Amino acid sequence: MTESQYYQKLKSIVSPYLPEDVSVDQIQADSHFIRELNINSANLVDIVLDVEDEFDIVLENEDMEAMQTVRDAMAIIERKRSV
Amino acid sequence: MGKRVVITGMGVCAPNAVGLEQFKSALSSGRNGIHFQQELQDLNFGCQIAGKPDINKVELNKYFNSVQLKSEPGSGLVYGVIAGTDAWKDAGLEIKNDSEPDWETGVIFGTGLLGVDRFRESVLQIDQGQVRRLGSTAVVHTMASGISAYLGGILGCGNQVTTNSSACTTGTEGILIAWERIRQGSAQRMLVGSTSDSGPYIWGGFDALRILPRAYNDNPGKASRPMSATATGFVPGSGAGALVLESLESARNRGARIYAEVLGGTVNSGGQRQGGSMTAPNPFAVQRCIQHSLEVAGIEAREIDAINGHLTATSKDAEEIMNWSIALGLRAKEFPYINSFKSTIGHCLAAAGSIESVGAVLQLKEGQVFGNVNCHDLDPAIEDIIHRSRVPENTIPVSPEIIAKASFGFGDVNACVIFKKISEEI
Repeated sequence: MTESQYYQKLKSIVSPYLPEDVSVDQIQADSHFIRELNINSANLVDIVLDVEDEFDIVLENEDMEAMQTVRDAMAIIERKRSV
Repeated sequence: MGKRVVITGMGVCAPNAVGLEQFKSALSSGRNGIHFQQELQDLNFGCQIAGKPDINKVELNKYFNSVQLKSEPGSGLVYGVIAGTDAWKDAGLEIKNDSEPDWETGVIFGTGLLGVDRFRESVLQIDQGQVRRLGSTAVVHTMASGISAYLGGILGCGNQVTTNSSACTTGTEGILIAWERIRQGSAQRMLVGSTSDSGPYIWGGFDALRILPRAYNDNPGKASRPMSATATGFVPGSGAGALVLESLESARNRGARIYAEVLGGTVNSGGQRQGGSMTAPNPFAVQRCIQHSLEVAGIEAREIDAINGHLTATSKDAEEIMNWSIALGLRAKEFPYINSFKSTIGHCLAAAGSIESVGAVLQLKEGQVFGNVNCHDLDPAIEDIIHRSRVPENTIPVSPEIIAKASFGFGDVNACVIFKKISEEI
């Protein structure tokens, strides 16, 4: 899977959780989930579950803590999938 | 003397209608909301019929944002948010998202058990060692106060936001808690209501108690028979009702339409003594509750034009009529008109008191007493106490001025509230 494919998939996972004042276009590779996309920390829990389902991986607590930006998420997903 | 309290908005999500206008015509024409439920048959229920609001045509994205909808809120949460939001809008109130909370407005929205389907899913996940997979909404979808929390957040309420729970008395009790709070000046306005989930996990325990009718699975419209000689149990229901209570002062200041005044009422308990038990009411407590409600409201028994009873369609209906008759000191033709909406909506449990109060207040607005369905064969034990004409089978245009509403619940708890028509000019 290319980086662009990861990005597109992540974008579609994240977009339903965006608050109404944040548009889908604002989801960039460097976007910080909580600080920039205004996703509340409770919904980040749901994003992690959706990522697990989509990519058929299991994310541990330390993975979740490291997942601050979209780029972090892509890196973690790729690492998990290559194991 | 505290502040006078009035009703300025209402909303309802009932088995026979969703929305105030539809509910009014459903009650007025006796439209049935009780239907066969395949899932109950599949699960070997004795009673396979129930009352369930039809929300298929409701645009849920008008009530919930997309994140909330994605989490699939349970039926009770959905019914409660529909009824509560509708009541708010019906009262002419706005939803402001960019301001501080409305410190003078609170929410009391009761329930019995919220999100039971979600709770079941969570239990199954936990038992499989998958607690990490529960997701972010497992708590807020299953905490009893989830419904008041959702409404408080959607509407931006800054006064008390809470959930009461007293079985089938819940909705009527909530009105009295809110009335008291406004009367004493602790809030100007309270959104009050109650909700109850649909489904086998809510209704199963009642089926096991064998207090639901089993002989009407192929004839659901005839199953709920309050006050009938052939009543064989209550039909389980679900849904939500909501009312905006407000100080008369506040309502006048903003030029709000006023449905009725809440004159007051009483909640009490029979202590499970003197014939009362976990599941049956102490008759002396019921009578005290009614009598004290009249005192609090400052009215005489003869001023009551109509009663909306608890009347669930069990053998206890005649006892309830006897309690009303003794408490009011009225018999035969002197007795007020009495009805039960449960004949068309079933017993909506925690939501019963609020849905039925909405209906009772609609009677004041419409100048009607809505008819009773399925009691053509009035229980002779009831006819020994009150005249047949007091139990109208069709809706009658008698312009009631004062209506008493009561609910009685498991745990031997009672609530009675008195509503009075109010002219908008005063």
